[in-house]
Amino acid sequence: MMMTHRSGRLAALFAAMMALFAATALPARALVEIDINQGNIEPLPIAVTDFISGDGIGAQISQVVSDNLRRSGLFLPVDKGAFIEQVSNPDAAPRFEDWRVINAQALVTGRVTEEGGGRLRAEFRLWDTFAGEQMTGEQFFTNRDNWRRVAHIISDAIFERLTGEKGYFDTRIVYVAESGPRDNRTKRLAIMDQDGFNNRYLTQGGDIVLTPRFSPSRQEITYMDFAGGEPKVYLLQLETGQRELVGDFPGMTFSPRFSPDGQKVVMSLQQPDGNANIYAMDLRSRNTTRLTNSPSIDTSPSYSPDGSRIVFESDRGGRQQLYVMGANGGGATRISFGNGSYSTPVWSPRGDLIAFTKQSGGQFSIGVMRPDGSGERILTTGFHNEGPTWAPNGRYLMFFRQNAGAGGPQLFSIDLTGRNEQPVPVEGYASDPAWSPLLE
Amino acid sequence: MGRTHMRPARAAIIVALAALTITGCAQNRNNLPNNAADLGLSGAAPGSTQDFTVNVGDRIFFDTDSSVIRADAQATLARQAQWLGQYPNYQITIEGHADERGTREYNLALGARRAAATKAFLESRGVSGSRLRTISFGKERPVATCDAASCWNQNRRAVTVLTGQGS
Repeated sequence: MMMTHRSGRLAALFAAMMALFAATALPARALVEIDINQGNIEPLPIAVTDFISGDGIGAQISQVVSDNLRRSGLFLPVDKGAFIEQVSNPDAAPRFEDWRVINAQALVTGRVTEEGGGRLRAEFRLWDTFAGEQMTGEQFFTNRDNWRRVAHIISDAIFERLTGEKGYFDTRIVYVAESGPRDNRTKRLAIMDQDGFNNRYLTQGGDIVLTPRFSPSRQEITYMDFAGGEPKVYLLQLETGQRELVGDFPGMTFSPRFSPDGQKVVMSLQQPDGNANIYAMDLRSRNTTRLTNSPSIDTSPSYSPDGSRIVFESDRGGRQQLYVMGANGGGATRISFGNGSYSTPVWSPRGDLIAFTKQSGGQFSIGVMRPDGSGERILTTGFHNEGPTWAPNGRYLMFFRQNAGAGGPQLFSIDLTGRNEQPVPVEGYASDPAWSPLLE
Repeated sequence: MGRTHMRPARAAIIVALAALTITGCAQNRNNLPNNAADLGLSGAAPGSTQDFTVNVGDRIFFDTDSSVIRADAQATLARQAQWLGQYPNYQITIEGHADERGTREYNLALGARRAAATKAFLESRGVSGSRLRTISFGKERPVATCDAASCWNQNRRAVTVLTGQGS
């Protein structure tokens, strides 16, 4: 099995921020930009030209950039057939009027050069066609094998420059790949780029595996595995494939998630009476702290990004509802009060929202609310939507959906307006997605 | 897995039907808590796994979001306890399951709760706790795979699995 190494990539791939035109580094007047906070955004028309290269790699990188921007819902890549100017020298200023006339408000040009030894240099420039200025320009050196990653990094740079928000394209998804009959599913952990490419399997399918989550700080995931006959929480090192049991508890452990500093795993532990309470384990000291103590099902814990609080679901009041408590446990405050039951809460990496699954009227919805329970908004509703996970910029969610009569679940992404919902291309069925932090 | 006809003489089925009438559940014959029609009557040697499945009933069913042992389930578990007392060498794994109309983590917990409630009932009827272990499969192993209540009813279950002869 081919393992990719983040540390290896770090060495192989370094970004050189270049002030290509120092005079335009600090634009004096307002340039084109997108206010992502607006409710109803018209996608920004952007022209992404084929990067100049000796072979097809330049066009391939441009295509990935264009696809990323389109799927974000914030950009509308202009059809290449409409281009008037054919850019041949990406170092020279383009003929801005040629791009304005086809209403391309932003323009991306670039070049990919062979550096020898299988290495590439990729450079791009982002232009504001109406201001007639370059907005940013960067170059990257990488192994040819990493060309998709370079395209994602360029996409993030464009996204960030034009929206003022961090990008989310240079990320991965760990999820559960499903195959086989529904009453005897084979479930394998798998990891892929956020756009569905570079898929690889992390487990072989001999055991049921569930709910993988990324470490915020290491090439590691925590997940639940039925190996050994009793379902337990494990850590899996992505680089070595090494698996390690988390804690030594008498019953089932499940629903794990890392703390924001990556030093703890919080999870549910089955109690002798069949209920479930929440515990946190320090991964260094192996000390375990009990955080809830109630005759109920307390599960799906998720830390606030500052690590001070935990949101979780509990049926202590009858049906499943969302509660917030301090990270050391103690009194919990119910925050969900709508009609129905609420589960799988996940705190946004920005801290401002909590995403959840809501069951009501026989439907399963994905929604968000503020950490105090106010401002509930449903983003999508249907037969079965479950298990949201946040993009690292806190602006997009991914979840899984199974339609009635469908053979299995599939992954979807959605933005916070709920208007831009996109299937995530995965071969076969997929569930339990977890979004990685931005790669380093 | 279509069960096209019942054998009304089966004692287990009569018990189950009576319980269904009492609780007023709108269940169809597919929900009957044993596999008698599937497995047939011949060849179930007393004390065999097949004997347990066919003549005792290896599974009980639950209401939505509930781990309460229903009246029909109590009758099944009472028969199980009696049979297990008769054949004390079996070790037992109780599998708790949930239907697919819940979220994954909650269903794992709910399956565990159902298995624990089943274990407690069997213990109350004299089965030694040292023979009993539990495992939850949550919603991962449905037996009926349609997207309708007729299937969900069958999937909310606890299955008593004989895991072999203990010493």
